[in-house]
Amino acid sequence: MTTKVQLEIFEGPLDLLLHLIKKNEVSIADIPIATITEQYLATLDLMQSLNLDVAGEFLVMAATLVHIKSRMLLPDEAGEEEEEEEEDSREELIRRLLEYQRFKEAAGELERREILGRDAFVRVSEPAEDAGTVEVETLSLFDLISALRQVLDRFPEEKFHEITLEKVSVREKMTLLLDELHRLGQVVFQSLFERASSRIEVVVTFLAMLELVRIRAVRVRQDQRLGPIVIELAAPVEELHSRIAEEEIEGEDRGA
Amino acid sequence: MERDSLRSVIESLLFVADSPLSLQRLSAVLEGIERKEILSILRDLQAEYNASGRGFRLGEVAGGYQMRSSKENAEWVRKLQRAKPTRMSRATLETLSIIAYRQPMTRAEIEDVRGVDVDGVLTTLLERRLIRIVGRKDVVGRPFLYGTTTEFLEMFNLKDLSDLPTLKEIEGTTVSEPSVGETPPDSSK
Repeated sequence: MTTKVQLEIFEGPLDLLLHLIKKNEVSIADIPIATITEQYLATLDLMQSLNLDVAGEFLVMAATLVHIKSRMLLPDEAGEEEEEEEEDSREELIRRLLEYQRFKEAAGELERREILGRDAFVRVSEPAEDAGTVEVETLSLFDLISALRQVLDRFPEEKFHEITLEKVSVREKMTLLLDELHRLGQVVFQSLFERASSRIEVVVTFLAMLELVRIRAVRVRQDQRLGPIVIELAAPVEELHSRIAEEEIEGEDRGA
Repeated sequence: MERDSLRSVIESLLFVADSPLSLQRLSAVLEGIERKEILSILRDLQAEYNASGRGFRLGEVAGGYQMRSSKENAEWVRKLQRAKPTRMSRATLETLSIIAYRQPMTRAEIEDVRGVDVDGVLTTLLERRLIRIVGRKDVVGRPFLYGTTTEFLEMFNLKDLSDLPTLKEIEGTTVSEPSVGETPPDSSK
């Protein structure tokens, strides 16, 4: 009945159900539970016999279908309460199917739009050498983390299991970073890590930078989309060193 | 300024901009010129590019105006850029449309609609900057809330979120069961 190629494109149990409903030429609201359950289980069998990975979600749905079906087969004297329960889970399934179908169609609409990079293209300029100082508000933690990932990619995965003592603590690194920023004025994100010798050092440096952002000792900005991420001091360096020291005391108080 | 030279100035601004230019931004640059005047010139340019079979159009996307290459020439531009066309899987498009209509949403809420895990898809969408974390929901575990970005609007040639067809309109095009209509969330949020 169904070929492997078709099987592989099901996005999930709801998608498979919609496919079966369409194939049987019935409407979602009048879903014939018995027939659909049978075909659904047969498809799962087929998927398993083809060694396709059947995700847990498919099995949960199978259980739901069998449950609804068995409720419907019970004689009438089962009592009103249970009948209501049966009606509820069927209604709930119909609601989910209708909702999913709507979004499936909405996704199709999106796909038919004029998509940038497929149908239409725009001019992309190289980031200017000396960008202005327009602060871009949308630079998020996520942008920083993806920048960090690029840095980490330069370092090989460390496979040995020897325990190494952390050479520099986050606290010490914060002080070192402040001095470096004081000396250079501002630093491009990637160059913070130029002298790092290991992944752990990269991570410590990153944490130190985040901590400095948190206590508002430095500002991080990106003047242009996809341009360099620049880090600079937010106040005179002496004041910042004492701010770090204060943080340290407060931190100890909290810890006590 | 004469209308002709103003028109030429606006064309230059649009030509060099690397992201959509809002009317607000244009009028900040063109000090003393009425917005109505600028808007009327933008409409003129739009009509002119469309009518004269130019290799570009003036699109209204993400709350601004942007020169975009014509769809008919996509294949040639891709050849120039040696780029594979942007491709989106069904999982990506489905997840994106759920977020676009229902934002802000948590991961669990999205999974509830799709009936499958969306962890990997969310990561891809975040990396492509089509969605972003907009906050945390005030429930147990304080899960992240996701919403679409300006890049999303730019990518799909949308003025704003209200430019999306309503889910009811979409249903009208199919033979599916009618149900309660839904409109996309207010884009001013």
